[in-house]
Amino acid sequence: MLMVRDLRKSFAGPRPRTVFAGVDLDLAPGEYVAVMGESGIGKSTLLNLVAGLDNADGGSIKLDGVELTTLDDDALTILRRAHLGFVFQAFHVLPYLTVSQNVALPLSLLGIVGTQAQSRVAAMLAGVGLAERGAGMPSELSGGELQRVAIARALVHTPRLVLADEPTGNLDPESAGQVLRLLREQIKVNNAAGILVTHSQVAAQTCDRILQLTSVGLRDIAPR
Amino acid sequence: MQRVTTSVWQAVFAGSLAQNKARSLLSVLAIALGVALGYAVQLISAAAVNELGQGVQFLSGAADLQVRGPRGGFDETIYPVLARMPEIAIASPVVEVDARIADRNDVLKIIGIDAFRAAGVQPGLIAAPGDRLELLRSDVLYLSPAAARWLGVDAGASVSLQNALRVVPLRVAGLVPAGAEQRFAVMDIAGAQTNFDRSGRITRVDLRVRPGVDVDGFRDRLQSLLPAGLAVQRPQASIAASESLSRSYRVNMNVLALVALFTGGLLVFSTQALAVVRRRSQLALLRVLGVTRRRLVFLLVAEGAAIGVVGSVLGLAGGFVLAEIAIRTVGLDFGAGYFRGLAPVLSPNPVALGLFFCLGVAAAVLGSFVPALEAARAAPARALKAGDQERAFARLQPFWPALLTLAAGGIAALLPPVASLPLFGYLAIALLLIGTLMLIPRITSLSLAIAPIPRDAPARLALLQLRGAPGQAGVSLVAIVASVSLMASMAIMVASFRTSLDAWLERVLPADVYVRANAAGDSAYLTTADQALIAAVPGVRRAEFVREQQLLLDAYRPRIVLLARGGDAASLARQLPLVSAPLTVAADAPPPVWVNEAMVDLYGFALGQVIELPLAGRLTAFTVAGVWRDYARSQGAVVMERSRYIALTGDRTATNAALWLAPAADLASVSQAIVRDVPGGSRLDIAAPGEIRELSLKAFDRTFAVTYALELAAVVIGLFGLSSSFGALVLSRRREFGLLRHLGMTRRQIGAMLAVEGLIVSGIGLVIGFCLGWVISLILIHVVNRQSFHWTMELFAPWAALAGSAVLVLALSTLTAVAMGRQAMGARAILAVKEDW
Repeated sequence: MLMVRDLRKSFAGPRPRTVFAGVDLDLAPGEYVAVMGESGIGKSTLLNLVAGLDNADGGSIKLDGVELTTLDDDALTILRRAHLGFVFQAFHVLPYLTVSQNVALPLSLLGIVGTQAQSRVAAMLAGVGLAERGAGMPSELSGGELQRVAIARALVHTPRLVLADEPTGNLDPESAGQVLRLLREQIKVNNAAGILVTHSQVAAQTCDRILQLTSVGLRDIAPR
Repeated sequence: MQRVTTSVWQAVFAGSLAQNKARSLLSVLAIALGVALGYAVQLISAAAVNELGQGVQFLSGAADLQVRGPRGGFDETIYPVLARMPEIAIASPVVEVDARIADRNDVLKIIGIDAFRAAGVQPGLIAAPGDRLELLRSDVLYLSPAAARWLGVDAGASVSLQNALRVVPLRVAGLVPAGAEQRFAVMDIAGAQTNFDRSGRITRVDLRVRPGVDVDGFRDRLQSLLPAGLAVQRPQASIAASESLSRSYRVNMNVLALVALFTGGLLVFSTQALAVVRRRSQLALLRVLGVTRRRLVFLLVAEGAAIGVVGSVLGLAGGFVLAEIAIRTVGLDFGAGYFRGLAPVLSPNPVALGLFFCLGVAAAVLGSFVPALEAARAAPARALKAGDQERAFARLQPFWPALLTLAAGGIAALLPPVASLPLFGYLAIALLLIGTLMLIPRITSLSLAIAPIPRDAPARLALLQLRGAPGQAGVSLVAIVASVSLMASMAIMVASFRTSLDAWLERVLPADVYVRANAAGDSAYLTTADQALIAAVPGVRRAEFVREQQLLLDAYRPRIVLLARGGDAASLARQLPLVSAPLTVAADAPPPVWVNEAMVDLYGFALGQVIELPLAGRLTAFTVAGVWRDYARSQGAVVMERSRYIALTGDRTATNAALWLAPAADLASVSQAIVRDVPGGSRLDIAAPGEIRELSLKAFDRTFAVTYALELAAVVIGLFGLSSSFGALVLSRRREFGLLRHLGMTRRQIGAMLAVEGLIVSGIGLVIGFCLGWVISLILIHVVNRQSFHWTMELFAPWAALAGSAVLVLALSTLTAVAMGRQAMGARAILAVKEDW
């Protein structure tokens, strides 16, 4: 489903540095992998490159056979809209939309409105245990609940791939555990693949495979 | 079930509304104010010009051509010559006199016509059938409905007009058919000639050509046959000439009003720029979720357009109300005197409505465009992170485009007028303003970088915070720099003008007493007998008389003023406020005249040049012996020796007198003696130079009252912009304040920190604004004023007023920063460190 070959990325500037040189990654449909590594090694950069939010210096990224490195910004944006879902460490839930409206945002972008959208949103909220909170505002929710909204939003449009960047970084251990379980469950239920970037061993254990990112590339640490 | 889906528009717009209600409202009000001012000025000047044009058109009737000459009239023997020409179907002679209403300072336009001829050209001037014979009586006139309302008279009443210094009573026989809102009266041409000492002279001849005659071709042939000083043109030419008198003034007022709109657009820019930066991660999220760059730009620009639409609608309504109030209080010409005698009605024009609506929307859209572009171009991955805001402003520092814009402004300032309007001057001001605004972020960064770091903790934090975010500070300065610079430039220009006017009045009023017969209109004058009596009044040591006339040099321009003054060439050269070196004319050269600066600009006259002036139907050569400054008029004026004028024309009448008194004489007794000894003396205006000076300066202040109001509007908008920006910046730092409170900084110390920030930012804004304002004032003085009104003036800076306004702006800005800080430092500020956004 996702094939990354010889991916290279450097940052220019007063202190130029090579983030990684030659990363390979294969992700099968429905597979859920964790990417671990020390701080600053480039885990989030790898996610940004796969999501088309940044440009690689070299290499290939293919999503379902489509070469991402040759697409322009509009094409990447449209592809992201249709096939990717995101869960961030800082939740990034829009504070002036209701919980339901936040979850429905990807559907709106895809032109899916009305009862079809309503039923999908309701199903997602039920799936993350927030069925009764749809009409509420984000300011009424706890951190864990906000992250569950983000998970619902990431999967409401049945993406092919979910990218989660430190989704439990701002949560207490109990909430973190709930979120990780829900994330795995919803990825599997919705037949998506997933990449979880984390520095937490506990979080990584919820994935099918654990990969270690180093300056020379990705290597398997342990299968589930 | 609750609607769950939301449009992307709502996702963008709702955020802005939710977080920027007050600032969005301020932006709307700023646009509304700018549109209201612009539309009000346009409504008023369009009404005046339209009325003027309609009036001239109405009075011209169906004339194809008009033969015009000096205001005082020309030999009527030309009339039968014209009437007998085979190309002419009807020739209608007209005598026009602006007759002073006896014992009032008002004027009634008298139109003397030959009823039988006029019926074929201006039927609207002929009273209802049955009255035509009455129209032949010399003591009868017919009023326009507007004139009757204004004078408060009906048919059968008497109206007293003034000719020379005597009263001319006339009976109102009825009203002319309604056709216009102009105030005028119609009477028999012979009656007008007799009553107003115009015997043997007419003011114009209206011509209707026969069908099939090429009007323009005939005009050109006829012109070559006319005596000197007469011109034949289509009636539209006189409309153009009338309009041109006030055109520069109206254009200046329109530009001033547009300045307010421009400042409103800048306020939208700074509000939108800061709002977009505050929502940076939200907008980045939308990009991550799949909103394309183009769509994001469109949505953000549409947000600005929405502000523009609401502001424009409010502004158009407000502008109409403002125009109505202005007409009732300060008059059509804001007191400048261009449109006396008009009583127009404001009528909204769809084109003007559409134009100002579009201008308001455009100002808001342009203000939103750059921030929208920046938001769309930002890399979503980076923009999602907090602390990325300052990177946004890196794009708002276009150095080379700014320098190029400034250079273009400098070049534009050197270019000549276009159709007598200082269009390149206005362009130069706009380019210099925009170029400087583009440099503000860099200037701000540099100023903050070189500022010494204070010891005091709050002040030190203030400076360091600004150094860390110079871009945000720079953007918040945009509106205040624009309004301060415009305010300063206008203040310097008006002060320079007023000071120069004051000095000019000192120079041109050397006598002890001034006597004026023609304060209003052109029917009043001093006969030779009146002059002799005045000169003989006890206490009068010396009397100089002046004859004021109007000559037609160019049919498309207003008539020039001829001032025939007593005294010889040497004394005239000494008395006139010359801006050129005086020239002594050789004995064998044509005699000297002195021209005002407008004659140089409009007619190309130069010192030493031999020119020809039409006097008494003949062209006579004169030498330009000097150029003088003339603040009394913006059309051309020529001064010549009165003795020479009398020799050429035989006209010994006078319109004004300047009297020098004996040492023991006093003004009051001399005035009383004049009133007593001169028949009709009570109708003379007698004043000391001080009184004339005071009245002139009051008229100046009244004329510039609107300028002051528009300046104030610009400053208010700028202050709104600064307070709005401060508010946005301060509210975005709630987490920072919460952290500082955690670390032990008191509210007072945080307030002090914000006060110092406000002081620094507004101080930088003031310095930039005043420097730019000084440069713009030079363009206003040496380019705009010169090209608009043909006046030069000396530069004078009102330091006290500028310092006062600087202190006021500094104080208000500082208070605003502190007030916004209080709001942000509420109890929840400490909790803000835990917030997501």
